[in-house]
Amino acid sequence: MATDLKKTGPGRGHGGEGGRPGRGIPAEGLLPPVVRRMLFENGALAALLVLIVVMAIMSPDFLDTNNLLNVGVQAAVTAILAFGVTFVIVSAGIDLSVGSVAALSAMVLAWSATEQGMPVFFAVLFALATGTVCGLVNGMLVSYGRLPSFIATLAMLSIARGLCLVISDGTPAALPTSLEWLGKDFGDWLPVPVIVMLVMAGIAALVLNRTFPGRAMYAIGGNEEAARLSGIRVKRQKLFIYGLSGCFAAVAGIVLASRLVSAQPQAAAGYELDAIAACVIGGASLAGGKGKASGTLIGALILAVLRNGLNLLSVSAFWQQVVIGAVIALAALLDTLRRRT
Amino acid sequence: MRIQKRTTLVAAVAALSAVAATGCGSDSDSGSGDGDKAKIGMSLSTLNNPFFVEMKKGAEAEAKAHGVDLTVTDAQDDASAQANQLQNFTSQSMDVIVINPVDSKAAGPSVKAAGNADIPVIAADRAVEGAEPTATVSSNNVQGGEMAAKALAEKIGKKGEVVVLRGIAGTSASNERFEGFEKGIKKYKDIKVVAKQPAEFDRAKGLDVMTNLMQSNAGIDGVFAENDEMALGAVKALGSKAGDSVQVVGFDGTPDGLKAVKEGTITASIAQQPDELGKMSVRNAVRAADGSDVDKEIKVPVKLVNKENVADFS
Repeated sequence: MATDLKKTGPGRGHGGEGGRPGRGIPAEGLLPPVVRRMLFENGALAALLVLIVVMAIMSPDFLDTNNLLNVGVQAAVTAILAFGVTFVIVSAGIDLSVGSVAALSAMVLAWSATEQGMPVFFAVLFALATGTVCGLVNGMLVSYGRLPSFIATLAMLSIARGLCLVISDGTPAALPTSLEWLGKDFGDWLPVPVIVMLVMAGIAALVLNRTFPGRAMYAIGGNEEAARLSGIRVKRQKLFIYGLSGCFAAVAGIVLASRLVSAQPQAAAGYELDAIAACVIGGASLAGGKGKASGTLIGALILAVLRNGLNLLSVSAFWQQVVIGAVIALAALLDTLRRRT
Repeated sequence: MRIQKRTTLVAAVAALSAVAATGCGSDSDSGSGDGDKAKIGMSLSTLNNPFFVEMKKGAEAEAKAHGVDLTVTDAQDDASAQANQLQNFTSQSMDVIVINPVDSKAAGPSVKAAGNADIPVIAADRAVEGAEPTATVSSNNVQGGEMAAKALAEKIGKKGEVVVLRGIAGTSASNERFEGFEKGIKKYKDIKVVAKQPAEFDRAKGLDVMTNLMQSNAGIDGVFAENDEMALGAVKALGSKAGDSVQVVGFDGTPDGLKAVKEGTITASIAQQPDELGKMSVRNAVRAADGSDVDKEIKVPVKLVNKENVADFS
C-alpha cells in the first residue's frame, strides 16, 4: 500500500488533474486504510471528490443538502440505465438501445394503465416485461444471429423508439396518478428515485460479484473462447446479460416517467450515451472484463454534479457541451492513468 | 434493347419538362389567370395531426377565394411518398407546388427537380434544405418571443427576476424565440434575466434544469420556456409555486400546454396559427403563378393564449 502511494506520488507530473488536495501526502497517516484505498485505487471517486470541491468553492448554493439530493435524483435515471449497460460492457459488448427501451417501457406502462385500464401493478410488470423482451431480442441477435452488439442494439434503438411513437401516436401519455409517489420524496426528504437508484446499485453489485451469471460476464468479457472452453454456456449467458440490461432500462424508464407523471415519446433520447460514459468514467473497459457497479454509480454522479453545477454557475449553453465533453475525457483519463502506475 | 428503353425514357422526360415549361410560361403570360384556373399542388407531411388538418382547411378556403384549382395530398409522414407526390405534381404540370416537408433535407432533391422544370415551390411551415424554394412561409417566432416577454412582464408586475429555459442550442426555433424574448424583455428596466440555461425542448430536462436554477436563484418571479414541454417540466419543478408566486410562459400551445393554461399553472403560451399558414402558402402560390414578386421569407403571426381565451384554441 505504502509503496503504491509513493509510486503514484511522482506520477502526478503526467497525471495532471490527479494531484488535487484530496490526495495530499499527509493523508496516509490521517485516513483509515479503507478510505485511503477507495480514494487512491478508484480514479473516478477521486474525480468526483475533486469536482465536488471545485463546485463547492465556485457556487455557494452547491453544498446544500437539498441540492445534493437534487443531484441524486438527476443522476438516478442515467445511473439505473448505466448499471444495465455495465453488465453488457463487462461482457465485452455494448448496448445502445437502453434510452429507447426505457421510453418504450414507460409508454407501455402509461398506455396499458391509463388507456387500457389495466391494474397499475400488472401494468408495471408489463412494462418491465417489455424492457426485458427488448433486451432478450438484443441477446438473440447477438448470440444466435451472430450480429455485433453495436449493430443489434442500434437496430433495437430504432425499433423501440419507433414502437414508442406508434403506441403513443407521437403525443405524451399520462401515467396513473397512483405511481406519482415514485417520483416524490419518501418521508418528506429522501427522494424515491434516489432510493431506487441505490437499490438497483445493490442488485447490480450483487449480480456482478456474487452470482454465477455475474462472474460469467467477467469471464466472457476477458476471453470469450476461454470462457466457452471452461464450460460457460456463452450464448445462454449473453441472453441473460442483454435481458437484464433491458429490464434495468425499463426500471429507469418508469422512474423517469413517474417524475413527470407522464410518458414522453421522445423521452430519454440520447441517454444511452450518458449511460456508456458513466460506465467508462467509472472504470469499465469497452474491451470487456472490467467494470464495477460502484464505479458506474460514481460515473453517473459525476455527470449529474457537472450538469447541476453548470446550471448553478449559469454557464453559457454552448460552452456547457464543451465542458461536459472535457470532463468525461479527463475523468476517464484519470482512471486509465491510475491503472498504469 | 436496353439502350432503346433509355432513349425513350429520356425523350419522355424531355417532352414532359418541355410541356411543364411551356405550360408554366403560357400561364404567366396570360396574367392574373382569368382564363383557365391556376393549378396548385400541395403536399402535406401528414393529416394525422390536427395542426396539419387546420393547415389544409386554411389552404382550401384561400384557394376557393382566389378561384384556383388546389390539389392536396397527404404524405403520411413518409419522405419518399412525398418525393413521389412532388414528381407527380411536376408531371401533371402544376403551376405552383406547395410543400410542407416531412423532412427538410429529404425534400431538397424534389424541390430542386421542380425548380428545374420551372415550377415555383412554396415551402410551408418547415424549411427546405439543399434547394432554394421560391418562398418559405413559417410562423413568426421572433414576434412570438416578444409577445411572451410582454405577457410575462405584465403578469409579474413589470419588475423582478426571470429565467429562460432554452431549446436545443443552434436550432432556428430556439434562436428566434430567444431573440424576440430578449428584445421584448429589454423594454422593462426593472426585470432582470438572471439565468438562461439549455433544457433541449425536453420535459424531463426542463424539470431538472428548473430544479437547479431554483437552487441558485431563490427569488425567481417568472420563467420563459422556449416550448411548452420545458414549461411543463418547470411547472413540475415549481410545484405549488407555479402560477402563484412564479409565472411560467411557454410556446407552441400543445394540447398538454393548453390544459396547463386552463388550469392556471402555465400563465400563457404562444400558439401558431396553422390555418393562417395554409392560407398564406396558397396566397403566395397564387402570386407566384401570376408571375408577381414573392417575398423569400413570409412570417405568419402567432397568437397569445392565456386563461381568458384558451377555450378558443382547444
